[in-house]
Amino acid sequence: MQLSNFTLPLALDWILSAAQSRLNPVQQNLVSSANVSVPAASMTYTLPPLPYSYDALEPHFDAETMEIHHSKHHQTYVTNLNAALAGSEFSTLAVDEVITKLDQLPASKQTAVRNHGGGHANHSFFWKNLKPNTTLSSEGLKAAIERDFSSFEAFQQQFEKAAATVFGSGWAWLVKREGSLAIVTTKNQDSPLMGEAVAGASGFPIIGLDVWEHAYYLKFRNKRPDYIKAYWNVVNWDEASTRFAQSD
Amino acid sequence: MSTTLVKNSALRSALRPTAPTAAKRAALTLTATRGKATLPDLPYDYGALEPAISGKIMELHHSKHHNTYVTSYNAASEKMAEAVQKGDITAQIATQPLINFHGGGHTNHTLFWENLAPKSSGGGEPPSGPLGQSIDKHFGSLDAMKENFNAALAGIQGSGWAWLVQDNQTGALQIKTYANQDPVVGQFHPVLGIDAWEHAYYLQYENRKAEYFKNIWDVINWKAADKRFK
Repeated sequence: MQLSNFTLPLALDWILSAAQSRLNPVQQNLVSSANVSVPAASMTYTLPPLPYSYDALEPHFDAETMEIHHSKHHQTYVTNLNAALAGSEFSTLAVDEVITKLDQLPASKQTAVRNHGGGHANHSFFWKNLKPNTTLSSEGLKAAIERDFSSFEAFQQQFEKAAATVFGSGWAWLVKREGSLAIVTTKNQDSPLMGEAVAGASGFPIIGLDVWEHAYYLKFRNKRPDYIKAYWNVVNWDEASTRFAQSD
Repeated sequence: MSTTLVKNSALRSALRPTAPTAAKRAALTLTATRGKATLPDLPYDYGALEPAISGKIMELHHSKHHNTYVTSYNAASEKMAEAVQKGDITAQIATQPLINFHGGGHTNHTLFWENLAPKSSGGGEPPSGPLGQSIDKHFGSLDAMKENFNAALAGIQGSGWAWLVQDNQTGALQIKTYANQDPVVGQFHPVLGIDAWEHAYYLQYENRKAEYFKNIWDVINWKAADKRFK
């Protein structure tokens, strides 16, 4: 990764190279879009820019919700995560890794990192998990869905039911674990990446749907099932196929 | 828009468990319609709590969200009655979370509408009498209690409620938060509740929930809270 273009005064040499390679694309985008200098000590996790404009998922997901969801809700998770991990050695890890190590954090930090780290991880995943006009063509993922759910329609029905019946706030996921696919749900900002003991679910997320009310209320009001149906128009099967191929 | 009926009895009967006569007890095995929950009417118009809570929110919150808890509770209740009748313990246990969630939702929202009032009917007027004194004793002042309460609301992760509750044994006041639609039961009974689910404020306040928590005190009906305080 090239860093020579940067003028950000980040003290990079103390960051682990693995974490750095994950941060690089984010930093590049931040420089090009914001043109601000960022003091190293106060900024570890950053809000990733959307890979598309706020209205790109219309008419299915409305622009107003996308903007508030990204620039307000997700930003708040990032801000609060940075506050919770300020000065901690764990702040050098990518967020997907931090949330697998909650039990290694000081007890006083665990809840905050579970909520805000989970929120940051989940939403970072979510934006990439959305894209207009993709189709499930990858033989790998398509075949696996048909194998594990008997048909694509059956999979959709099960996913819709899971997403509709989450009590309160949470997420519905298609995950891959030990070679097969499963539909799981988590509450609040828990992620299957956190594992069974923490989140009551495990596995590598292939697709996921935010069913917190803020994800759909402005356009769909109380009608969560309508929002879930709309999701099928914007789920990013390209990203899902890539993730499926990458995972065990 | 809400109709105006005999409001108090409608609200009360929505919550009061019916005392079965012998004939009704016999009928229980045949039908599950005894004790059916109904959506209570609001004692005020949907727009009456503006500007603290918009009429649009009140209408959706009452006629859609609360109504769904009522119908879902009734459906779960019927399933439970069938399972009890068949002696199917596994089915009862599987149905219990639905009863908790939808029954809790019905209970909580019924109490919530009661502890809100338009300013013209005393909304926002501070508590006097024993409750006011107890608040001063336990929190120092009404403002200190509200600060505490709003901090509790802000700290809720996901969906839930914050309640001013009273200990059934000691009479002491406390602020507690409950996740999702968990009702105040057991050691405590509810005095005053505020809904922190996003649907309670999102159309008007979006993510600015602290603003909602601050403004709702203008329409809190302390008279209802007084009646719940023992």
